[in-house]
Amino acid sequence: MHKAKRLLHELGKNIYGQIDPAFTGLTVDQVVELMQRRGAAEEASAPPERWQDAIIEAEIEAGSSVLDLGCGTGTLLERLIQAKQVRGQGVEVDAEAVLTCIHNGIPVFQANLDAGLAGFGDNSFDYVILEETVQTLHYPLKVLGEVLRVGRRGIVSFPNFGCWKVRMDLGFRGRMPVTQGLPYNWYDTPNIHLLTLQDFLDWTEQAGVRVLRGYAVVQGVVRDLGAQDNLYAEEVLLVIERA
Amino acid sequence: MSTTSPKHDAPDSPASVGWTQGQKAELFTAHSPFKLDCGESVGPVEVEYETYGTLSATKDNAILILHALSGDAHVAGWDRQAQHDGRTWRQRKPGWWDTVVGPGKAIDTNRYFVVCSNVLGSCYGTTGPASTNPKTDKPYALTFPIVTIGDWVRLQARLLDVLGIGKLHAVVGGSLGGQQALEWALAYPERVNKCVILAAAARLSAQGLGFNAVSRFSIMHDANFNGGNYYGSEGPDSGLAAARMLAHITYLCEDAMHSKFGRRLRNKTKPDFGLGVEFEVESYLNYQGSSFVRRFDANSYLLVTRAMDYYDAADWGDGDLTRACQRIQSEMMVVSFSSDWLYPPNECRELSHAIAGAGRPVTYVEVQSGYGHDAFLVETQQVSRLLHSFLSARTSDIKTEAPHAQG
Repeated sequence: MHKAKRLLHELGKNIYGQIDPAFTGLTVDQVVELMQRRGAAEEASAPPERWQDAIIEAEIEAGSSVLDLGCGTGTLLERLIQAKQVRGQGVEVDAEAVLTCIHNGIPVFQANLDAGLAGFGDNSFDYVILEETVQTLHYPLKVLGEVLRVGRRGIVSFPNFGCWKVRMDLGFRGRMPVTQGLPYNWYDTPNIHLLTLQDFLDWTEQAGVRVLRGYAVVQGVVRDLGAQDNLYAEEVLLVIERA
Repeated sequence: MSTTSPKHDAPDSPASVGWTQGQKAELFTAHSPFKLDCGESVGPVEVEYETYGTLSATKDNAILILHALSGDAHVAGWDRQAQHDGRTWRQRKPGWWDTVVGPGKAIDTNRYFVVCSNVLGSCYGTTGPASTNPKTDKPYALTFPIVTIGDWVRLQARLLDVLGIGKLHAVVGGSLGGQQALEWALAYPERVNKCVILAAAARLSAQGLGFNAVSRFSIMHDANFNGGNYYGSEGPDSGLAAARMLAHITYLCEDAMHSKFGRRLRNKTKPDFGLGVEFEVESYLNYQGSSFVRRFDANSYLLVTRAMDYYDAADWGDGDLTRACQRIQSEMMVVSFSSDWLYPPNECRELSHAIAGAGRPVTYVEVQSGYGHDAFLVETQQVSRLLHSFLSARTSDIKTEAPHAQG
């Protein structure tokens, strides 16, 4: 027991040391205190609201077809229809969000993603978007497979559970992490299948999927995905296709 | 004269289209008859229709409403001619979709010009089996040719030509009316901006065909049926009533029947140990059956259910529904109701997927309801919100394209 605690302590120090030398040599209590003090500062460096949308807009070719899974009230599709003249189609389960889509003239298919993609034809869209949704699905691998059956390319974004902040929160507080990207308690979270960037990359390798491009949010700043981002990235976005 | 129930908007209510009057148009003559899908022709063809609201100068605000199996052109308001035309049942109730169509309602007659016509072969003013065949001077009865949903839609298009309406803002229908709306989007893609299909699929299931078969059997085996030649004498009333009773069961669902009637006895606490009306549900069905007999023609029931049986939207794609849907150029909204077992959600979803698979944008909504197939008429609030939003949404620049070829 003591040994395990020591190991965890060392791990924490090492990771924190790597991220920020200020943490090196601190005790667990001191690290927790420092983290709490830094909480306020972190608020200021939150990722831009809907940071994925600008990347997706840049990523998508004008005039292409886009299926947005879990499209919510259709904000992204509306943007893409206007800016990129895409043929947009949303899928959303929430009745109120569906009504907002209809009100805004966004075609929306009311369905549960875990069940509702089978009816869409192979290669029927240029892009299929799964934004901040994969971790909420009952059958994430089935849906990811469907994304690349229905679409030529997939665009997938999710909160990275491998981010050092998440690791520290769990490691030191001993409680399910509550962070900016994961603002829920264990009992009310929609995130039932949390994953790390590395978990996702492992899947792409096993499933024969190519990662064309990746983006990360690090300390509130959006940048290209880097080699160490399983540790650094708070949120990630990947553009994938069948290899 | 008419006793208006407080739950209806009275003729003088600002939410009612007020007093209405059916209009007639002779669209085909004996010399230039209407050619039907079955190969036969019928003429003259007269159509009864109603309109509400005002057609705009640019004629871009017309909405065509399509009625269901036993419906008519009297969608909203109060029929001024009800007594005169012997349609006394209309004195107690406004048109069949008065909750949705009217000033300020979901289909807003302040904004839209609303048209609805009675289908060919029915019995509410449009030529049908009870009409006189000019060649014999007798009612057509069952010499009236078999009609299809395709025929109905072509006839509606002809009516719109006469009314000077080229492109419709929308076609809207539920159940058999929903299938007509779909047929519109397939047969006249360039004439429909928006298409709303409520509680309807691309085709009727085997179970649905079965219900219709039993309905027709009970009519055609009524002792008074006489091969359909019953005009002027007592008609196949019990057969028609039984058909309607069965149909009403299919319009509800187990939950709805349970909550509406349960196993309650009718006006009694103990059974009479007899074969009369014992249960509430029996009383309800009996009432529905006998009141239907007073307002519907059995031969029309045979023809209209047959049209429902034959319809398959996939015919436009030689059996491939997705291919058929490639014809579509309208914005499509398909609405299903969770407890509907006549056109259940999975069949409505199949249609919606075919539209999406054809590279056409589609809106599909599954309304949670315990009212069964009837929900499309009963869930006024939810249906109104959907209709209002869909009909008033700015028409986005719909991009349609064929799906990418495999590989």
